[in-house]
Amino acid sequence: MEKRERIVRRIARELHDGDYVNLGIGMPTLVANYVPPGIDITLHSENGMLGVGPYPLESEIDPDLVNAGKEIVTELPGTSYFSSADSFAMVRGGHIDMTVLGALEVDEEGNLANWMVPGKMMKGMGGAMDLVAGAKRVIVAMEHTTKEGGHKILKKCALPLTGTKVVHMIVTELAVIEVTPKGLVLREIAADATLDAVKKSTGATLVVEGEPGRF
Amino acid sequence: MNKVITSAADGIALIPDGATIMCGGFGLCGLPENLIRALHARGTRNLTVISNNPGVDDFGVGMLVRAKQVSHFIGSYVGENKEFERQAIAGEIKYTLVPQGTFAERIRAGGAGIGGFFTPTGYGTIVAEGKETRVIDGRNYVLEAPLRADFAFVKAFKGDTKGNLIYRKTARNFNPVMATAATVTIAEVEEIVEPGQLDPDAIVTPGVYVTHLLKGAYFEKRIERRTVRQLQAV
Repeated sequence: MEKRERIVRRIARELHDGDYVNLGIGMPTLVANYVPPGIDITLHSENGMLGVGPYPLESEIDPDLVNAGKEIVTELPGTSYFSSADSFAMVRGGHIDMTVLGALEVDEEGNLANWMVPGKMMKGMGGAMDLVAGAKRVIVAMEHTTKEGGHKILKKCALPLTGTKVVHMIVTELAVIEVTPKGLVLREIAADATLDAVKKSTGATLVVEGEPGRF
Repeated sequence: MNKVITSAADGIALIPDGATIMCGGFGLCGLPENLIRALHARGTRNLTVISNNPGVDDFGVGMLVRAKQVSHFIGSYVGENKEFERQAIAGEIKYTLVPQGTFAERIRAGGAGIGGFFTPTGYGTIVAEGKETRVIDGRNYVLEAPLRADFAFVKAFKGDTKGNLIYRKTARNFNPVMATAATVTIAEVEEIVEPGQLDPDAIVTPGVYVTHLLKGAYFEKRIERRTVRQLQAV
């Protein structure tokens, strides 16, 4: 299975029936393709919509209907629209059950860096800082290391932060890691990975309690 | 009292160089494109533009950026525009990035007479640098200031001649909140109707906020990402 598919399939298992969920742009969006049977979720888009539907057919295209990634989408029975101010009130107010977003770095305290790299032009944080500050549960979806094999899960983030102590869970192609007061607890290891390989790919201390599960 | 104006050029005629303008829209969706085109044609300069994004190179706020009419941009995300990036790197345009929810709430506060607010967003990040922080019920918050403008350009679906507005789908976005936060608000709509023709219960922006109302001459409604699915055989 491709890395990204393994990550988003695993995250989809964290969804609960009735959840209101915000999926970030890119890989997190794919979580919507793997919602387990019997689980009914409502997707929130921060530009002012609850109940985001699939991409339209050519005949259904409506330029007045886009998601936060500026992709054209469709509405569903029960969709609602509201202003950006109302949309972020529901985010900050703790009404969104879960958000899934990518990361450049995450650390042992659950600090997250995902919006800027010093020396490169700052393009902006969009809604990421509000989402991590306000969603009840923040799940990071990312590849375990950089393309060059460098660590992304660290003792302490080096890049400018998006939020402090905000991440609850990290899901990569190698592991499922929970951020707890004890530190980063290794909950599961990918079916084809070893504990040793996960530890080598991680720049932080991993707490192992008993035998981690497999996914 | 007649709020209806007949051309976008009339709407923007009194905007001086150096003005601060709020501009509704998210990406290219829900943009007051007729007012932007008119301001571009008039060549008003040294503007501060407050908008979530600066559009793309040749559409939306990007038209004003490309013509070097914008000296300061305030928004939450400035990707998708190569000319903006060039000007930013060259130091030709100043820009200020604000978390999107803080951006919306600062505008809401500006329109609602609120002198500032404490938000958890950005606590412990560079966004909070130099700002007052406070612990409220055990949680860390950052003080953010209200945001107002001289003019607001908003796009609505329909308006009545009293300036009451309704919106359509996600083209609503920042438009209603920006309508409240400027000295002069100019709304462009796809259709102007008589009072009584809009359901009073459905009105999102009451006319008190709208100074001028314009029926847009032409809406391109450009699509930024044309994501379509194919009909699958069942």
